[in-house]
Amino acid sequence: MTVLTKQPPGAPTSAAAGGTPRIRPSRRRKQRSGYLFLLPWFLGMLFTVIPFFASLYLAFTDYNLFTEPNFVGLANFQAMFEDPRLIQSLKVTFIYTFVSVPISLAVALLVALVLNRGLQGLSIYRSVYYLPSLLGGSVAIVMLWRYIFGNDGIVNGFLGIFGIQGPAWVTDPQFSLSTLIVLNVWTFGSPMVIFLAGLRQVPGMYYEAASIDGASKWRQFRSITLPLISPIIFFNLIMQLIGSFQTFTQGYVMSGGTGGPADSTLFYNLYLYQKGFTEFEMGYASAMAWLLLMIIAIFTAINFIASKFWVFYDN
Amino acid sequence: MALLDLPLKRKLAKQDQPEDALTGTPVSRFSRHLILCLVGLVMLYPLMWLISSSMKPSNDIFRQLGLWPENWDFSNYAQGWTALDQPFHVYLINSMIVVIFSIIGNIFSCALAAYAFARMEFTGRKLFFALMLGTLMLPGHVLLVPQYIIFSQLGWLDTYLPLIVPNFMATNAFFIFLMVQFMKSLPKELDDAAQIDGCGPFRTFIRVILPLCVPAMATTAIFTFISTWNEFFGPLLYIQNQDLYTVPLALRAFMDSEGQSMWGPMFAMSVVSIAPIIGFFIAGQKYLINGIATTGLK
Repeated sequence: MTVLTKQPPGAPTSAAAGGTPRIRPSRRRKQRSGYLFLLPWFLGMLFTVIPFFASLYLAFTDYNLFTEPNFVGLANFQAMFEDPRLIQSLKVTFIYTFVSVPISLAVALLVALVLNRGLQGLSIYRSVYYLPSLLGGSVAIVMLWRYIFGNDGIVNGFLGIFGIQGPAWVTDPQFSLSTLIVLNVWTFGSPMVIFLAGLRQVPGMYYEAASIDGASKWRQFRSITLPLISPIIFFNLIMQLIGSFQTFTQGYVMSGGTGGPADSTLFYNLYLYQKGFTEFEMGYASAMAWLLLMIIAIFTAINFIASKFWVFYDN
Repeated sequence: MALLDLPLKRKLAKQDQPEDALTGTPVSRFSRHLILCLVGLVMLYPLMWLISSSMKPSNDIFRQLGLWPENWDFSNYAQGWTALDQPFHVYLINSMIVVIFSIIGNIFSCALAAYAFARMEFTGRKLFFALMLGTLMLPGHVLLVPQYIIFSQLGWLDTYLPLIVPNFMATNAFFIFLMVQFMKSLPKELDDAAQIDGCGPFRTFIRVILPLCVPAMATTAIFTFISTWNEFFGPLLYIQNQDLYTVPLALRAFMDSEGQSMWGPMFAMSVVSIAPIIGFFIAGQKYLINGIATTGLK
């Protein structure tokens, strides 16, 4: 009955309507159905929040899946700083991220700019460039990459035409990571599509006004395009950084699960997988996961702070 | 009914129409086309080489940079199909099972959550929404060990449940966000009208909002298809039984066991494994491209 009393005074009450009482959705009922709609999501959040804190706890234990976890304090974190393979995996992941993300974003922006200037066949080009980004994470393509860059692969075959003896890309630790960087750049299509959508929103009259004032194309790009799409550059940057810090499949398939040769493709998450699920050092693996979370959080925070100086928001 | 696909059509029109007319001199336009075509060719070359190599005898593969096979050989497909413990269609069906249930789960749970976020008023909505966006950036590996423990305690190892069930719990914030954006673009009067006609929130959702959200659901379905079809880490972790392998695991097993000697059959099965993705991409590219464009912009 409290439901009825909550009705606004103007609303017809069920008593006045005479027939079967029908309760109009009141605030409280609306509240309840809101939570009802979110029920699956709440379950999912439980399934996220509980493991989140559980792994924080496990990071301070020596859990190995078979015996009860013992609290070991900061031992896992201390061990990490003395673990040469962990340092190596961080190095691999950082090099991969900080080389391939800027290159693929630059290529994506460049191609989007060329595509955006009123060219026929836009949607065909866009599809062709976008397709690889759907395939880049698949086992088939990483396997293909292994053979493309193999000793007798097409890359060396192509270099051979010019009389260049290509290196053993996949088996030489100096070059193996670069093949995966190329693979990541090959998937520039998804940031490109986002750039394209952003460029479409820049009003054409800005450029008209600028060219009447005699601004060069480069000047227009610097002073109109770049500031107006800077929020999109920022979005792409954040998403690409977070994504490539978590690279796994590429390293795993390229090296057959080892991270070799000589740990040159030992991505952080690959090492985490080896520690947790082949050596069953789950406490250590949890600590690693938290270190990665902190690294990602720090980089995202730096980006957000830095964005105040270069990202331009219209409102 | 014409109203139903209006929002998407409007968006598509905006995307596809060049705002400004053709610019530049014919020469500069031609050179731009030339560059774009060359870049496109370089990008597609590995894929075309893969397809053509799958139809060459193994001995020819590495000698030929060209795309047109000198000697056609389709036996790679027959050989690859039966090279593992099970014929390859078993792995295709396994992947299909995981994919279909993941799609159903994602659409169902994410649409429910999105409707609540986009249209309903309740205490804590903003907080929950922020929390949801936060999980978008949460690296999955933080949850990995405890989730693995939970699944193994439930006896779910070597089943598809760890791969499917989370999708029924709206754990994919990306899709919720996508649908929220879409639902917000629908006129609010629709809900009011349905309410005046006596629809409760659930019926409004099922009868009015959901039919209008078909484009957003299609985007979700295609993205789920592609990411689940490619998914390697989850199956690697939870599936040990070879008979239950999904396609990526089967390919990996192929490479480990035969890869050094049977390039041709392996490339043939690689083609089989990416063909559904290319097919879905061609069929649904408008939904895909719009989907990632809208999430990036808001």
